[in-house]
Amino acid sequence: MHPAFSVIFLTTLIGVAQGLFTALMIGQTYELSDSSLNFGNDFYSIGAVLVLFFMGGGLIASFFHLGRPERAWRSVMMWRTSWLSREVIAIPFFMAVTFFYAYLQYTGAQASTTLLVGLIGVIASFILFYCTGMIYACLTFLREWATPLTIVNFILFGTASGFAFAAFYASISAPELISIYASFSIVLTLLGWATRIWTLRRNAALKPKTTTQTAIGAKHSQVRQVSQGQMGGSYNTREFFHHKTAATVKKVKSAFLILAFPIPVVLLFLGMGAESSFILLLAFVTQYVGLLAERWYFFAQVNHPQNLYYQTIS
Amino acid sequence: MVQLALVIDLNVCVGCHACVTSCKQWNTSSGYAGALPDDNPYGADPTGVFFNRVQTYEVGAFPNTDTVHLPKSCLHCEDPPCVPVCPTGASHKREEDGIVLVNYDKCIGCKYCSWACPYGAREFDEHEKVMKKCTLCVDRIYDEKIPEAERKPSCVIACPASARIFGDVHDPESEASKMIQKNNGFSLMPEHGTKPANQYLPRANRSGD
Repeated sequence: MHPAFSVIFLTTLIGVAQGLFTALMIGQTYELSDSSLNFGNDFYSIGAVLVLFFMGGGLIASFFHLGRPERAWRSVMMWRTSWLSREVIAIPFFMAVTFFYAYLQYTGAQASTTLLVGLIGVIASFILFYCTGMIYACLTFLREWATPLTIVNFILFGTASGFAFAAFYASISAPELISIYASFSIVLTLLGWATRIWTLRRNAALKPKTTTQTAIGAKHSQVRQVSQGQMGGSYNTREFFHHKTAATVKKVKSAFLILAFPIPVVLLFLGMGAESSFILLLAFVTQYVGLLAERWYFFAQVNHPQNLYYQTIS
Repeated sequence: MVQLALVIDLNVCVGCHACVTSCKQWNTSSGYAGALPDDNPYGADPTGVFFNRVQTYEVGAFPNTDTVHLPKSCLHCEDPPCVPVCPTGASHKREEDGIVLVNYDKCIGCKYCSWACPYGAREFDEHEKVMKKCTLCVDRIYDEKIPEAERKPSCVIACPASARIFGDVHDPESEASKMIQKNNGFSLMPEHGTKPANQYLPRANRSGD
């Protein structure tokens, strides 16, 4: 598949937002468990605004994916059958809850109220993770995606990067939370590293169900395409091929396996010890860049069955 | 329930692309689908939207090879994976005749349906910014201003070898159904459970010739 940058930014940015919101709620729970702590309402309200900022960035990116963005409102219609439609509903719902949470914290509402709204927000963010993952995992014949690992990876990468950002945010406004957030991020990153490698191994071992034989109904073991029916390119040759060399794809894979996982873990560990905003920011940025590469690879790795009809020009 | 479809006889198709060009001509001029655009048709990097393409394969080991031309358009699946994924309902399967269509006024151009089609039957129109696909000439087959014998998809009428048969594959008495029955009609990529309505008639085994 051709990786679309709009979708790469959408899925990675909203992942950070969803993880950050969960981190805020972990922080609030921790604060309430220890009466000596007080991070102040601003920590949460500004944090929630940052969540909205990441969500907004993802949303803007997503519009670049649409041919007719002015009709985007229509995409809430088919929630009964379409995971994309469900995601389109889950995004504004999560954003509305986040906005309400920010408002409540800003006006100094009672902790019981903010905790309840925050819990709804965390649930909404995980529903959103599930919807986003299922958009890809539900396409059964795109076998690289059709696995629960797709959803697990979206959740682990999103929360890991969200907690990494939260560690940086805490280093500025609530240093007591740095070690909790960084530790969470380290554990989630290591888990994500493991599940990503597991996914890579699974996909490498996939035996294609669809072959040129089943694509054209030929019985003979030897079949080759001699013409795709046109000399020029088409939507089919642009959308479903990444047009990069195998060496480039391999480099991207190596890059994300290093940038998204081990380097952030080391940086988070160092940043946590030194309570250094700079190192923690570096950890987040490195991981985010790594996740961009990961998402690029996520698309590029898919070998769409339609490609069997576009094996040779003539 | 009626399920209109095409049956394509691979013994007969000579790969002339008349179905491809007639499809392009009808669907560009009829107005229903809007023009199927071409960019740089005579330039260095030509590209365009087609509802139907003929692809050619060599089957067998040299010198015992068969050249098989495979005309392929939307297969109007009985269980079309492109329909449930559409977030707006633009992509739909008609109750009355089983044709899978895109409502171009509702399509937001997210391309998700094209990912969900294992056959690559959908092509995005970069000018109108919506997804397009074979309509089985829905604007022609019911047009009472056209002589009854010509109320068929444009590709069917154009085929000089009569390799394309149009009809209701749910009606066992239709010519299409009889041809499928008689010649062991098969569908493309049956492993995905899409149940394509369009069927192909396999090359007859000529080893006894």
